[in-house]
Amino acid sequence: MSHRFSLNALWEFANPQKFMRTSQAVLPFFWGATALCLAVGLGWGFFFTPEAENFGSTVKIIYIHVPAAMMAINAWAMMLVTSLIWLIRRHHVSALAARAAAPIGLTMTLIALVTGAIWGEPMWGTYWAWDPRLTSFLILFLFYLGYIALWEAIENPDAAADLTSVLCIVGSVFALLSRYAVNFWNQGLHQGASLSMDRADHVANVYYIPLLVSIAGFVLLFVALVLFRTQTEIRVRRIKALVARERMG
Amino acid sequence: MIALFRRDLALAIRAGGGFGLGLAFFLIVVVLVPFGVGPESAILSAIAPGILWVGALLACLLSLDRIFALDFEDGSLDLLATAPIPLEGVVAMKAAAHWVTTGLPLTLAAPGLGLLLNLQATGYGWLVLSLALGTPALSMIGTFGAALTVGLKRGGLLLSLLVLPLYVPTLIFGAETVSRGADGMATATPLLMLAGITLATAALLPFAAAAAIRINLR
Repeated sequence: MSHRFSLNALWEFANPQKFMRTSQAVLPFFWGATALCLAVGLGWGFFFTPEAENFGSTVKIIYIHVPAAMMAINAWAMMLVTSLIWLIRRHHVSALAARAAAPIGLTMTLIALVTGAIWGEPMWGTYWAWDPRLTSFLILFLFYLGYIALWEAIENPDAAADLTSVLCIVGSVFALLSRYAVNFWNQGLHQGASLSMDRADHVANVYYIPLLVSIAGFVLLFVALVLFRTQTEIRVRRIKALVARERMG
Repeated sequence: MIALFRRDLALAIRAGGGFGLGLAFFLIVVVLVPFGVGPESAILSAIAPGILWVGALLACLLSLDRIFALDFEDGSLDLLATAPIPLEGVVAMKAAAHWVTTGLPLTLAAPGLGLLLNLQATGYGWLVLSLALGTPALSMIGTFGAALTVGLKRGGLLLSLLVLPLYVPTLIFGAETVSRGADGMATATPLLMLAGITLATAALLPFAAAAAIRINLR
């Protein structure tokens, strides 16, 4: 077998043993990098940046809000890709990775909603408003809930993987459709340059770099958590197989 | 396929088929709303399009688990899966039968209930049109949800959790059509989007639903 590095080598991680060994080896580095990026990004962002003119210190919550919101969307995208890989190539590790990522995405969505509410109160005078982006995140939250619930409800693991993959694909189409429907439904608060603190060209440099570091930290956090939880899912599967084997003979 | 369609219609209309249940539920929801928000005509008139659409949507939801559950339990679904007609066609016919027994009666009953909610006179036509265009989408999306949960014993609540977020675009465009129509504004955009959703779901979701049924029948 050739040991040249190629993208095809990625498929070797479909082998659960190889996945476990490799992830076990790289996880400490991911945790370390995550801790570093989060400490630098959040610490710098919270303590060493000046307060914004109009918004005061609550603007600092964007260092959590923006990365969490980005990861909420990216988690679903990752679930979509891994669901497709499961349906096409039947790699169990892929299906378990999707299952592992879902609660993380759910939590990121929740963090985005809550930090958005905390930021929203001093800025717009309300904890909640039915503006397009907030509403889309609420709908995304419900999609995550449904996906996780379906995994929990089906007993046969392969059927569960298949059905949740189908749901993820159909859900992705509807999520995009909902995004535009919600935009149509309400012009909303999030538009308008004065409020798009999360658009890079409107954010002053002094805020921008800690934000990038925080985003990197959240991405690393997501990867580390998904690897960790996928390992757990694999171990759970092995235990179930062992128990079933015990029972049979 | 026509035979399947007629069989499902007959089953739904017969005693125990839950035919009138959706209508009754629609009526109850519409009657409850004024008790909740107060009888003031202006308020009711403003929220009438939304309430009518939400009521129709929830009433559709009620009969969704019946689409496949009975056939699954007695083995007919296995027979249908191995029948000469494609499973996608089976799904489409079942969705159509669901619409005729649920969505269509709701569409026809809606103007009467619009009276209860003081819907503006200009809104009635748009109400019927939007429901007529949109309820097939609700049936099709619901059939997909039912296909996902067909094997589950108490899948009803999970079905609602899965299907209701998928209903949001249809609800948005449907209610917008009626609101704008009632106010005399242009309704082309939401109406076209609504029709688009119905056509797209009718064309594409049977494949997803058939895949889900095959998975559940393994």
